[in-house]
Amino acid sequence: MQQEKNIKIDIRHVNIFARDVKILKDLNFEVNSNQILGIIGPAGSGKTTFLRSLNRMNELETGWRIDGQILLDGKDIYDSELDVNSLRKRVGIVFALPVALPMSIYENIVYGLRLSGVSDKKRLDEIVEKSLSAAFLWDEVKDRLSLSGLRLSGGQQQRLCLARVLAMEPDVILLDEPCSGLDPISTTWIEDALTELKKKYTIILVTNNTMQAARVADMTAFFLMGELIEIGLTKQIFTAPVKKETSDYITGRFG
Amino acid sequence: MRIPPKYTQIAAITILGAATVFTVAILIFILVFVLEKGLPILSLNFLFTSPADMGRSGGIFPILIGTVLLPLLAIIVAAPLGIATSVYLVEFTNESRITRLIRFGTDCLAGVPSIIFGLFGFIFFVTILGMGWSIMSGGLSLAFMILPTIIRTSEEAIRAVPKAYREVSFSLGASRWQTVRKVVIPNALPGVVTGVVLGIGRSIEETAVVIFTAGSSLLIPTSVFDSTRTMAVHFYILAREGLSMENAYGTAAALIIAVLIVNLTAYFMMHRFIAKRN
Repeated sequence: MQQEKNIKIDIRHVNIFARDVKILKDLNFEVNSNQILGIIGPAGSGKTTFLRSLNRMNELETGWRIDGQILLDGKDIYDSELDVNSLRKRVGIVFALPVALPMSIYENIVYGLRLSGVSDKKRLDEIVEKSLSAAFLWDEVKDRLSLSGLRLSGGQQQRLCLARVLAMEPDVILLDEPCSGLDPISTTWIEDALTELKKKYTIILVTNNTMQAARVADMTAFFLMGELIEIGLTKQIFTAPVKKETSDYITGRFG
Repeated sequence: MRIPPKYTQIAAITILGAATVFTVAILIFILVFVLEKGLPILSLNFLFTSPADMGRSGGIFPILIGTVLLPLLAIIVAAPLGIATSVYLVEFTNESRITRLIRFGTDCLAGVPSIIFGLFGFIFFVTILGMGWSIMSGGLSLAFMILPTIIRTSEEAIRAVPKAYREVSFSLGASRWQTVRKVVIPNALPGVVTGVVLGIGRSIEETAVVIFTAGSSLLIPTSVFDSTRTMAVHFYILAREGLSMENAYGTAAALIIAVLIVNLTAYFMMHRFIAKRN
């Protein structure tokens, strides 16, 4: 019982199809709360598809289908009773490419809150400062919150995206290669933010940069061709992987 | 033998530039031609007095009113309908067969000659619905005529809004309608406004539809069920019946200036809107 309390997301026999092609095959694993799970694997191994199935972003594509169960706090997120918009507020996502909405920095951050009907200026101000600080962006933009988000640099925009997700106070944060287009310094900022954020949130980080997983993830999962090859403590995956494919990948023999 | 890129480049620039100069020259020629003949006639007095003797003398005041009211009514009807349709097509149908069928339909409508809309308006609004030759019949017929233009331009504008914006909005828990309202429409607005302006322009300069559905009364209309005449029609009648070429050109000049004002206003408003957002 004690252990079960820690499970945030429980993935049970999940298969995902796109236009009848099986993209992900029989996934079975758990994600613990207040941890960072890193997902690594070569391009085309289904990492992003998996990530997007956790807040049902995949549904926006046509010809997409899932079977099996994904439980968030014990409740099936694909339950037809469940409101997908409130699910997405609980499971935030940061995409690979930083996308600031074409509105002010301030309005970017409060976008989701306004949708939920929060309009108290004082509360919004507080949340903006808190989220931007947590994403290490506050000091750079505090004097120009009314500037268009589009005017920020790529690295700043990605931190804006993270702050925008944080403003929703979600349970889970999904990150889809959040640093793929960023310089090393911005990458460090994001990584520092994540390490700090896991105290409050459950984080799943898809990354093409295996060293990033090694640096920040508590658990690491290795995906290959739509299958989960191995999942375990990051230290174990990187020092003593059980499967040959895993060690081949992390030592750079392919992918 | 291969021509070096340096020379093909020069050739291309020359041809493209020449085409542009030619196009602009024609436009300027027409404008100068009309304004040269029309501007001497144009005066406040000409604009604000009623025509006399079938338009042989006097001004164009009632026609000015007709020219404002008809396109206004047309745009009030067509803009919401057209924009709503294009939002529905892009955002709420999944590019299905029905979407393509509707798009094909609007494309066909866009290609229908305006006189057909005039004939339809005459039979449907003027006769069957008994609205007579009136601003109402004319406005509605014009609305139908410009609807395809508005639908297609706003559809393109809405489709051009980056998919990533929609994804971000959805990922923050927005419903499709919230996404449309807060992200898609504000970003598509310049394109949508362009469509509306094109629609206004088309209905201001239309003659066939107006003659068939709004008639050509020279009296100041007192209700939307009165007949009226627009500047384009007035010009046509004055020139065609040989009533007064001077007044015809005066009207033409007023028409061109009116269209310019509409375009410039829309352009100016759009720039202010964009500047405000960024």
